[in-house]
Amino acid sequence: MRGSMGPLGRFLRDRRAVAGLVILAVETLAVLLLPALFGLAPNLTDAAAGFWAPPSASHWLGTDDVGRDVLARLLCGGRVSLLVGFSAAGISLGVGVPLGLLAGWRQGSKWEYGIMRLADVFQSFPSIVLVLCLVSLVGASVWNIVAVIGLLGWTGIARLVYANTLTVREREYALAARALGGRWTTILRRNVLPNAVGPVWAVLPLRVGRAILSESSLSFLGVGIRTPQASWGSLIQYATNTAVFVGRPWIWVPPAVCIVVTVVSLQWVGDGLRNALDPRFYIGPKT
Amino acid sequence: MIRYIRKRLATAVPVFFGITILVFLCLDLAPGTIADLGGEEGGSAGNQAILEERLGLDKPLPQRYLVWLGGLLRGDLGDSWQTGRSVSESIAQRVGPSLILTGTGVALAVLLAIPLGAAAAWRPGSGWDKAASVCSMVSFGVPGFLLSLAGVYVFSVVLGWLPSARMYTAGTSGTLGDLMCHLILPAGVVCVSSMGELVRQTRSACLETLGEDYIRTARAKGLGELAVMRHALRGSLLPVLTTVLSHIPHIIGGSVVVERIFGWPGMGSLLFSAISSRDFGIVMGVTVVIALTVLGTNLALDLLYGLADPRVRREEADR
Repeated sequence: MRGSMGPLGRFLRDRRAVAGLVILAVETLAVLLLPALFGLAPNLTDAAAGFWAPPSASHWLGTDDVGRDVLARLLCGGRVSLLVGFSAAGISLGVGVPLGLLAGWRQGSKWEYGIMRLADVFQSFPSIVLVLCLVSLVGASVWNIVAVIGLLGWTGIARLVYANTLTVREREYALAARALGGRWTTILRRNVLPNAVGPVWAVLPLRVGRAILSESSLSFLGVGIRTPQASWGSLIQYATNTAVFVGRPWIWVPPAVCIVVTVVSLQWVGDGLRNALDPRFYIGPKT
Repeated sequence: MIRYIRKRLATAVPVFFGITILVFLCLDLAPGTIADLGGEEGGSAGNQAILEERLGLDKPLPQRYLVWLGGLLRGDLGDSWQTGRSVSESIAQRVGPSLILTGTGVALAVLLAIPLGAAAAWRPGSGWDKAASVCSMVSFGVPGFLLSLAGVYVFSVVLGWLPSARMYTAGTSGTLGDLMCHLILPAGVVCVSSMGELVRQTRSACLETLGEDYIRTARAKGLGELAVMRHALRGSLLPVLTTVLSHIPHIIGGSVVVERIFGWPGMGSLLFSAISSRDFGIVMGVTVVIALTVLGTNLALDLLYGLADPRVRREEADR
């Protein structure tokens, strides 16, 4: 029975991975639906509640420096943080996979040299520094941040695809396809890509987590998401104000918890995917 | 060996130029220049043009890069556009504090992570293993700025044990003890953020070596567990060393954030203020220092590998 289990079965057997997936799903639904459901307005000043109101029945997490509801900003900030995380990882995937494929397929060519040296360049330099430079210079709109973080995160994925392509291209079916005179683009798409891309799904959740961390660091440092928009990182920025940091932890602790929970869940899902996709890692359920 | 060194250099040099070109391009993407920033009081378009001409900003991008590169080769990084002091002088002042902070953090991380990783591999599933996995979870899941906040909250605000900013107490000339107190929190953050990957790699490298024949031999001839682990650890040191060094860019990036938060007077905070004031001379200068550090350590590691293992340099030379 256990021997015949497919990847899905193995994934579902991994309790932490499933927990991570459930947490992420609940979180996504919450940030998407709750604001509309409760009619929360993240940018509305509640003059009656006043500035820096403590938590109450009408404002569960109090209000901020201009009387906006913190809970509403937390939920809408979550939208931005999750959006940045997933879209940036998507861009990294979209850039990394084709470049990795090309470098692996054209082994020994100028393409391989150029792409792999470019990956060296990106990997030898702290990406947060480049992100800081670019975002503070280009301007910090959500889509600029997504583009910058996404474009700087392609190297890990490209290296993985590259290494897999090197082995897959020597397999018999790939050789056969070449011997039959298939066009190289077709062979890459039909034979190489599906077999080289597997392990990428396992690192993708980690990429999403990294992107969320980058965005929150940027926003915390004050060069990321700007008010009136919010993200989890920009909400934590209130903690740089000593009075908030010491006296009003309900403002900066919830977004901090959200970031950590999200990133850890993503990691669990990633670990689960890795074990499920590559049976060599599978140890079996702990009993 | 000489051929091997030449090969390694041949890959490092283009990467160095690549990094400087990349950052140069990034800086050029900025709408507006330092001349615009000063424009509020500086006034007329004429003044701005003069300023741009003096800084060489009126020239096309490739020419500016070549001018900068020429200066670099002569050992001249130019002047800071903001303070007018030479870039190398401004950076030289900041190298010491950065080295103290990052060096202490990484040294602590290595000292803690290697025994922990080895203990986790020694008894998978034990308390040690759980501690190791919690440690790497914290390290991966909690961003540096949050760790800093939490550290300051607990140790400075609640307990009042440690100072929360700067390198010395204001107004004092700074004793070693004072420096140590100020160092604990930021270095602790650098340590925790760089530990996770190290623990993970040590664990998996040790697990792998523990399966080797020579470990079975060591056990079979009746060596104690401690001696066995010493053998296993020695066998797994190279991959661990690789991890430390391949993480240097990540660690440097992390300490930029940490320096900024703690007001640590290192290269990170210099870089940060230079970016926001568009002081490109300084940004490029710090870039060069970071790139040289990363590539230098990688090169040193490659040479060490080549010295330690003749197979490595043979393979590389044949390629």
